[in-house]
Amino acid sequence: MSDTAFDQELDCRGLLCPLPILKAKQAVDGMAAGQVLRMLATDPGSVSDMQAWTRQTGHELLGHQEGDGVHTYYIRKS
Amino acid sequence: MRNEKRRLAIIASQGSLDWAYPPFILASTAAAMSWEVAVFFTFYGLTLLKKKITAKVSPSANPAMPMKMPFGPQGFQRIDWPMPNFLTANLPGFDHAATALMRQTFKKKGVATIEELRTLSLAAGARLISCQMTAEVFGFKHEDFIDGVEKGGAATFLEFAAEADVSLFI
Repeated sequence: MSDTAFDQELDCRGLLCPLPILKAKQAVDGMAAGQVLRMLATDPGSVSDMQAWTRQTGHELLGHQEGDGVHTYYIRKS
Repeated sequence: MRNEKRRLAIIASQGSLDWAYPPFILASTAAAMSWEVAVFFTFYGLTLLKKKITAKVSPSANPAMPMKMPFGPQGFQRIDWPMPNFLTANLPGFDHAATALMRQTFKKKGVATIEELRTLSLAAGARLISCQMTAEVFGFKHEDFIDGVEKGGAATFLEFAAEADVSLFI
Protein backbone atom coordinates (compact mmCIF):
# COMPACT_ATOMS: atom_id res chain seq x y z
CA MET A 1 0.00 0.00 0.00
CA SER A 2 2.80 2.40 0.90
CA ASP A 3 4.05 2.31 -2.69
CA THR A 4 0.64 3.27 -4.08
CA ALA A 5 0.99 6.06 -6.62
CA PHE A 6 -0.80 9.30 -5.84
CA ASP A 7 -1.32 12.65 -7.52
CA GLN A 8 -1.70 14.90 -4.53
CA GLU A 9 -0.92 14.80 -0.84
CA LEU A 10 -2.79 16.33 2.09
CA ASP A 11 -1.40 16.59 5.61
CA CYS A 12 -4.13 16.64 8.26
CA ARG A 13 -1.91 15.56 11.13
CA GLY A 14 -2.83 17.34 14.35
CA LEU A 15 -6.32 18.26 13.18
CA LEU A 16 -9.52 17.05 14.78
CA CYS A 17 -13.04 16.40 13.46
CA PRO A 18 -14.39 17.67 11.16
CA LEU A 19 -11.28 19.35 9.68
CA PRO A 20 -9.72 16.24 8.05
CA ILE A 21 -12.97 15.60 6.16
CA LEU A 22 -13.44 19.26 5.20
CA LYS A 23 -9.86 19.53 3.97
CA ALA A 24 -10.15 16.23 2.07
CA LYS A 25 -13.25 17.59 0.34
CA GLN A 26 -11.42 20.78 -0.65
CA ALA A 27 -8.43 18.81 -1.94
CA VAL A 28 -10.58 16.41 -3.95
CA ASP A 29 -12.57 19.34 -5.41
CA GLY A 30 -9.36 20.60 -6.99
CA MET A 31 -8.47 17.24 -8.55
CA ALA A 32 -9.55 15.50 -11.73
CA ALA A 33 -11.71 12.36 -11.73
CA GLY A 34 -9.60 9.23 -11.32
CA GLN A 35 -6.74 11.03 -9.56
CA VAL A 36 -5.57 9.72 -6.20
CA LEU A 37 -5.19 11.72 -2.99
CA ARG A 38 -2.87 10.56 -0.24
CA MET A 39 -3.95 11.92 3.10
CA LEU A 40 -2.25 11.78 6.49
CA ALA A 41 -4.21 12.16 9.72
CA THR A 42 -3.69 11.59 13.43
CA ASP A 43 -7.35 11.87 14.48
CA PRO A 44 -8.41 8.31 15.47
CA GLY A 45 -11.99 9.27 14.55
CA SER A 46 -10.90 9.79 10.97
CA VAL A 47 -10.88 6.01 10.36
CA SER A 48 -14.64 5.72 10.59
CA ASP A 49 -15.24 9.20 9.14
CA MET A 50 -13.17 8.65 6.00
CA GLN A 51 -15.12 5.46 5.30
CA ALA A 52 -18.43 7.25 5.75
CA TRP A 53 -17.33 10.27 3.72
CA THR A 54 -16.16 8.18 0.76
CA ARG A 55 -19.35 6.09 0.86
CA GLN A 56 -21.45 9.26 0.86
CA THR A 57 -19.54 11.04 -1.89
CA GLY A 58 -18.81 8.06 -4.11
CA HIS A 59 -15.04 8.56 -4.00
CA GLU A 60 -13.15 5.30 -3.61
CA LEU A 61 -11.15 4.59 -0.46
CA LEU A 62 -8.36 2.55 -2.04
CA GLY A 63 -6.62 1.83 1.20
CA HIS A 64 -5.82 2.79 4.74
CA GLN A 65 -2.80 2.02 6.89
CA GLU A 66 -1.73 3.05 10.37
CA GLY A 67 1.69 3.39 11.91
CA ASP A 68 2.99 5.36 14.89
CA GLY A 69 -0.42 6.96 15.35
CA VAL A 70 -0.52 8.29 11.79
CA HIS A 71 -3.28 7.13 9.47
CA THR A 72 -2.59 7.17 5.75
CA TYR A 73 -5.50 7.11 3.34
CA TYR A 74 -5.57 6.74 -0.42
CA ILE A 75 -8.69 8.13 -2.06
CA ARG A 76 -9.54 8.00 -5.75
CA LYS A 77 -11.78 10.82 -6.91
CA SER A 78 -14.98 9.60 -8.59
CA MET B 1 -24.31 6.27 -2.67
CA ARG B 2 -27.79 7.44 -3.59
CA ASN B 3 -28.42 9.33 -6.79
CA GLU B 4 -30.68 11.81 -5.08
CA LYS B 5 -28.91 14.17 -2.70
CA ARG B 6 -29.39 13.67 0.99
CA ARG B 7 -30.60 16.63 2.95
CA LEU B 8 -29.84 18.03 6.43
CA ALA B 9 -32.01 20.61 8.16
CA ILE B 10 -30.89 22.20 11.42
CA ILE B 11 -32.37 24.78 13.73
CA ALA B 12 -29.59 26.51 15.69
CA SER B 13 -31.17 28.19 18.70
CA GLN B 14 -28.21 28.62 21.07
CA GLY B 15 -25.45 31.19 20.96
CA SER B 16 -22.85 30.05 23.48
CA LEU B 17 -19.45 28.79 22.32
CA ASP B 18 -20.11 25.16 23.24
CA TRP B 19 -23.53 25.09 21.54
CA ALA B 20 -22.17 26.90 18.50
CA TYR B 21 -20.05 23.93 17.47
CA PRO B 22 -22.60 21.16 16.71
CA PRO B 23 -24.58 23.02 14.03
CA PHE B 24 -21.46 24.20 12.19
CA ILE B 25 -19.63 20.87 12.49
CA LEU B 26 -22.62 18.99 11.10
CA ALA B 27 -23.45 21.57 8.44
CA SER B 28 -19.90 21.75 7.11
CA THR B 29 -19.45 17.97 7.14
CA ALA B 30 -22.78 17.27 5.47
CA ALA B 31 -22.00 19.87 2.82
CA ALA B 32 -18.59 18.21 2.35
CA MET B 33 -20.50 14.95 1.73
CA SER B 34 -22.45 16.72 -1.02
CA TRP B 35 -25.64 16.86 1.04
CA GLU B 36 -28.04 19.77 0.71
CA VAL B 37 -27.81 21.73 3.95
CA ALA B 38 -29.82 24.53 5.52
CA VAL B 39 -29.31 25.90 9.02
CA PHE B 40 -32.01 28.14 10.41
CA PHE B 41 -30.60 30.49 13.08
CA THR B 42 -33.11 31.66 15.61
CA PHE B 43 -33.10 33.30 19.04
CA TYR B 44 -29.57 33.22 20.54
CA GLY B 45 -28.34 31.19 17.59
CA LEU B 46 -28.75 34.30 15.47
CA THR B 47 -25.67 35.83 17.11
CA LEU B 48 -23.56 33.15 15.38
CA LEU B 49 -24.23 34.86 12.04
CA LYS B 50 -22.73 38.17 13.15
CA LYS B 51 -19.52 39.26 11.47
CA LYS B 52 -17.68 39.01 14.76
CA ILE B 53 -18.67 36.05 16.90
CA THR B 54 -18.49 36.83 20.61
CA ALA B 55 -19.84 33.48 21.85
CA LYS B 56 -18.84 32.62 25.41
CA VAL B 57 -19.10 29.53 27.54
CA SER B 58 -20.50 29.47 31.07
CA PRO B 59 -19.10 26.96 33.58
CA SER B 60 -21.82 27.83 36.10
CA ALA B 61 -24.51 26.87 33.57
CA ASN B 62 -22.60 23.66 32.71
CA PRO B 63 -21.49 22.09 36.00
CA ALA B 64 -20.09 18.98 34.25
CA MET B 65 -17.63 21.03 32.20
CA PRO B 66 -14.05 19.78 32.72
CA MET B 67 -11.88 22.71 33.77
CA LYS B 68 -8.40 22.17 32.39
CA MET B 69 -5.43 24.35 31.65
CA PRO B 70 -4.19 24.50 28.05
CA PHE B 71 -0.55 25.13 29.06
CA GLY B 72 2.15 23.69 31.29
CA PRO B 73 3.44 20.10 31.61
CA GLN B 74 1.20 17.21 30.51
CA GLY B 75 0.41 16.19 34.09
CA PHE B 76 -0.69 19.74 34.90
CA GLN B 77 -2.83 19.91 31.75
CA ARG B 78 -4.62 16.69 32.71
CA ILE B 79 -5.77 18.02 36.08
CA ASP B 80 -9.51 18.55 36.17
CA TRP B 81 -9.75 21.57 38.47
CA PRO B 82 -12.63 21.36 40.91
CA MET B 83 -14.74 24.51 40.53
CA PRO B 84 -17.49 24.96 43.08
CA ASN B 85 -20.63 26.48 41.59
CA PHE B 86 -20.67 29.42 44.00
CA LEU B 87 -17.29 30.36 42.60
CA THR B 88 -18.06 29.96 38.89
CA ALA B 89 -21.36 31.78 39.28
CA ASN B 90 -20.15 34.70 41.37
CA LEU B 91 -16.56 35.40 40.49
CA PRO B 92 -16.56 38.40 38.12
CA GLY B 93 -14.98 37.57 34.78
CA PHE B 94 -15.07 33.81 35.30
CA ASP B 95 -17.02 33.11 32.10
CA HIS B 96 -14.60 35.31 30.20
CA ALA B 97 -11.61 33.39 31.57
CA ALA B 98 -13.27 30.01 30.91
CA THR B 99 -14.06 31.10 27.34
CA ALA B 100 -10.46 32.13 26.74
CA LEU B 101 -9.24 28.80 28.12
CA MET B 102 -11.65 26.78 25.99
CA ARG B 103 -10.73 28.68 22.82
CA GLN B 104 -7.03 28.20 23.56
CA THR B 105 -7.46 24.48 24.32
CA PHE B 106 -9.47 23.92 21.13
CA LYS B 107 -6.86 25.71 19.05
CA LYS B 108 -4.04 23.71 20.60
CA LYS B 109 -5.85 20.41 20.05
CA GLY B 110 -6.44 21.14 16.36
CA VAL B 111 -10.14 22.01 16.50
CA ALA B 112 -11.44 24.48 13.94
CA THR B 113 -12.78 27.84 15.10
CA ILE B 114 -16.49 28.58 14.71
CA GLU B 115 -15.58 31.22 12.14
CA GLU B 116 -13.61 28.67 10.07
CA LEU B 117 -16.44 26.12 10.15
CA ARG B 118 -18.93 28.82 9.19
CA THR B 119 -16.81 29.89 6.22
CA LEU B 120 -16.33 26.28 5.12
CA SER B 121 -20.07 25.58 5.46
CA LEU B 122 -20.93 28.49 3.18
CA ALA B 123 -18.16 27.63 0.74
CA ALA B 124 -19.46 24.06 0.48
CA GLY B 125 -22.92 25.32 -0.35
CA ALA B 126 -24.76 25.20 2.98
CA ARG B 127 -27.59 27.72 3.29
CA LEU B 128 -27.47 29.83 6.44
CA ILE B 129 -30.86 31.39 7.14
CA SER B 130 -31.49 34.14 9.68
CA CYS B 131 -34.80 34.15 11.49
CA GLN B 132 -36.27 37.49 10.49
CA MET B 133 -38.61 37.63 13.48
CA THR B 134 -35.76 37.21 15.99
CA ALA B 135 -33.64 39.74 14.08
CA GLU B 136 -36.44 42.31 14.46
CA VAL B 137 -36.91 41.52 18.16
CA PHE B 138 -33.19 41.70 18.98
CA GLY B 139 -32.67 44.72 16.74
CA PHE B 140 -30.15 42.99 14.44
CA LYS B 141 -29.75 44.42 10.95
CA HIS B 142 -29.01 42.18 7.98
CA GLU B 143 -25.75 44.12 7.50
CA ASP B 144 -24.67 42.87 10.94
CA PHE B 145 -24.45 39.37 9.48
CA ILE B 146 -21.75 37.88 7.26
CA ASP B 147 -22.31 37.87 3.50
CA GLY B 148 -24.29 34.98 2.09
CA VAL B 149 -26.89 34.80 4.86
CA GLU B 150 -30.50 34.46 3.69
CA LYS B 151 -33.53 35.89 5.47
CA GLY B 152 -36.41 33.56 6.28
CA GLY B 153 -39.11 32.43 8.61
CA ALA B 154 -40.79 29.28 9.90
CA ALA B 155 -42.35 28.41 6.54
CA THR B 156 -38.97 28.67 4.79
CA PHE B 157 -37.45 26.19 7.23
CA LEU B 158 -40.40 23.80 7.22
CA GLU B 159 -40.56 23.61 3.45
CA PHE B 160 -36.88 22.64 3.35
CA ALA B 161 -37.11 20.29 6.36
CA ALA B 162 -40.14 18.49 4.95
CA GLU B 163 -37.86 16.85 2.39
CA ALA B 164 -34.91 16.36 4.77
CA ASP B 165 -33.32 13.03 5.68
CA VAL B 166 -31.99 14.45 8.95
CA SER B 167 -33.62 17.26 10.95
CA LEU B 168 -32.14 18.55 14.17
CA PHE B 169 -33.07 21.15 16.74
CA ILE B 170 -29.95 22.35 18.52
